[in-house]
Amino acid sequence: MSALRRAGLALLGPLLALVVALVISGIVIASIGEDPFTALEVITNLGETPAAEVQSIVVILNRAVPLFLAGLAVSIAFRMGLFNIGVEGQYRLATILAAAAGAAVNLPAPLHVLFIIVVAMAVGAVWAGVVAVLKVTRGVSEVISSIMLNFVALGLAGYLLTGPLRGSAEGAGIVTTAEIPESGRFPDLTGVLTGMGLAEPRSELFGFLVVAVVVGVLVSVVLSRTRFGFDLRATGLSPSAATASGVDTRRMVISTMLLSGAVAGLIGLPDLLGADYEYGTEFTAGLGFLGIAVALLGRNSPLGIALAALLFAVLDRAAPLLQFEDIPASVVTIIQGTIVLAVVVANEIARRLARRSAERAGARATGSPPDGGGGGGPGTPPTPDVGPDGGHRTYTGVPGEPEGARP
Amino acid sequence: MRGALTRKGSVRATALLLAGGLVLAGCASDEDGDTDSGGSGGGGGGDELRIGLAYDTGGRGDRSFNDSAYAGVQAAIDELGGEVQEFSPNDGGSDRVEGLANLADQGYDPVIAVGFAYGDSIGEVAEDFPDTTFAIIDSEVAELGIDNVTGIVFAEEQGSFLAGVAAALKSTSGQIGFVGGVESPLIQKFQAGYEAGARAARPDIVITSEYISPAGDFSGFNDPARGQILAQGMYDAGADIVYHAAGGSGTGVFQAAAASGKLAIGVDSDQYETVDDPAQQAVIMTSMLKRVDNAVEAFIGDFAEGNVEGGTDIRNDLETEGVGLSTSGGQIDDIQTQIDEYRDQIISGEITVPTTP
Repeated sequence: MSALRRAGLALLGPLLALVVALVISGIVIASIGEDPFTALEVITNLGETPAAEVQSIVVILNRAVPLFLAGLAVSIAFRMGLFNIGVEGQYRLATILAAAAGAAVNLPAPLHVLFIIVVAMAVGAVWAGVVAVLKVTRGVSEVISSIMLNFVALGLAGYLLTGPLRGSAEGAGIVTTAEIPESGRFPDLTGVLTGMGLAEPRSELFGFLVVAVVVGVLVSVVLSRTRFGFDLRATGLSPSAATASGVDTRRMVISTMLLSGAVAGLIGLPDLLGADYEYGTEFTAGLGFLGIAVALLGRNSPLGIALAALLFAVLDRAAPLLQFEDIPASVVTIIQGTIVLAVVVANEIARRLARRSAERAGARATGSPPDGGGGGGPGTPPTPDVGPDGGHRTYTGVPGEPEGARP
Repeated sequence: MRGALTRKGSVRATALLLAGGLVLAGCASDEDGDTDSGGSGGGGGGDELRIGLAYDTGGRGDRSFNDSAYAGVQAAIDELGGEVQEFSPNDGGSDRVEGLANLADQGYDPVIAVGFAYGDSIGEVAEDFPDTTFAIIDSEVAELGIDNVTGIVFAEEQGSFLAGVAAALKSTSGQIGFVGGVESPLIQKFQAGYEAGARAARPDIVITSEYISPAGDFSGFNDPARGQILAQGMYDAGADIVYHAAGGSGTGVFQAAAASGKLAIGVDSDQYETVDDPAQQAVIMTSMLKRVDNAVEAFIGDFAEGNVEGGTDIRNDLETEGVGLSTSGGQIDDIQTQIDEYRDQIISGEITVPTTP
């Protein structure tokens, strides 16, 4: 019952934020002289024919997979109170090196794919590890160093692409790495769709969807069911308390960033192994930054991030179609931006409310009974379930946690 | 406890600011992808032209490349009637394929992709929609072997050669500069031609060439601030003429020129006519014209008459007047004869202009 209520409360915030964001975006659309309901109709209408509907679903899922991985990578660091703004650089560098490595070797199919994945994760981890090492040895803020390393990574990727790793012909308009052979490509899931009796879509559904789900489950288990995950979350909630209870914060910073970077290394692989088979100047950009928004929207939980990634993908799918209705595609960016801001604001309000009621409960529990209205407001009798024990727990517990907030 | 709390609070506040900032940055660079020309109303005629126009990064309003393509479509519509549906890709470029496919799916024909960025996706989409005629600007398609795609390419190096000649002849300091948007093979053609032209006209010329962003980072076409910084650096170092091939970032180059009292060379459109600030207009010595508008108009005309061959590349160079130098403002009138001499030598094949620096 209480778990159910907590889940309901956890969903209520984002849903309210979504409604607020849609209303704000609607006002914006109306103010530029277009009909907000047309926009909503375009966003929610998946297509007229079964084939078009399946195609839309494939487009949404194919966009959601990299967004989910990006959100996950950001959230791992977030959970420890670290800001990995460098996901963008980590995945770009990981993708180009994985693409080049995958094109350079020839292995049997499953090994080849595994090899590419391992290379990508290793590169992402190393690049994020630079940030961690700078933080624990020199005290450099990870926000600054990870942002700056994005520029280094982009420059480095550009140099590698036009220099040693160039695979495309001289003079070609788009510079790419060499193409990954058949054995290094990830099989698509279109067969599963048609097997379910759905119409065949125009595009192929990324098989990497499976990997993303597995990684999501693994990260979820590691964060919530292992000693490492506990230390990570504890450090995020209170570094001093975690240190006092024997957590080596420096080691935690390094291992968290390595994990975050390793997941970041996967972001480019759905496109690389499912559609492009090479990294080039036209490779999808910006996923790392979108990941920050997705992680915030998903409140750093893998399930929430999956929902957030799907929501972003649904909106992204509509961008070309909105233009056909004379509505600027920027509307999509506005909706995404307002949703994230609304969610962050809603979270902050919920946190403050929780803290206030926790403090009130704490004050009530410790305040001497003879005084009566010392801590609580006038005319509020102590509720029966806030006994000395409950009050004590609230007082010493971490403020802002749901159990402390229970009225 | 309080300390930890406020720290967490400030961390979240930072998160909010960062996310908001990133999203706003996204908005800012997204330009308007809106369409004001779809007012076809009751366009029920079966042979009515319905043109799909997919823009390069930055969308319409760049006063340069995309706008030039739009001008060509407008000119064709003025003559032949019909309507245009525009599409601008998102910043990451992830929806290019879907944008093209949606245009074709909604029955737009021909579908014109503006920019080599579509080079990867157009073949894929064209095979999915065999009954639609596609064209792509700045990308060769002959080797793809797909019948319903036409490549429209330009000899940018030839026009840039003349820009280099003009810069070298007009420079008093003996130093000139080049600002490229993105270090891609296409923009390197501009650089190569410009440098070759300048050296041909004046062997001892000092040329500084720099790019705003590296290959793979397309922000360089839409970043006037960094364009201004690069150009300002060149002017401060003694250059007196800077040529830009940086799309929307070019306004930054003009601002730097105006601030330093030096000159600049525009690109793609006749930028003397397209900038709205008179102070900037004064510094635009000439522009390297890349007549995307003419090429697009001609292609649509061919399409309307059923003359599109398909599977081939249409090459626009000095001879076909697909590239050239603008003369608005009259700043290069005094050296026009020398420019024309080089022009004739290129057309006759006496001078072969390199395409890589």
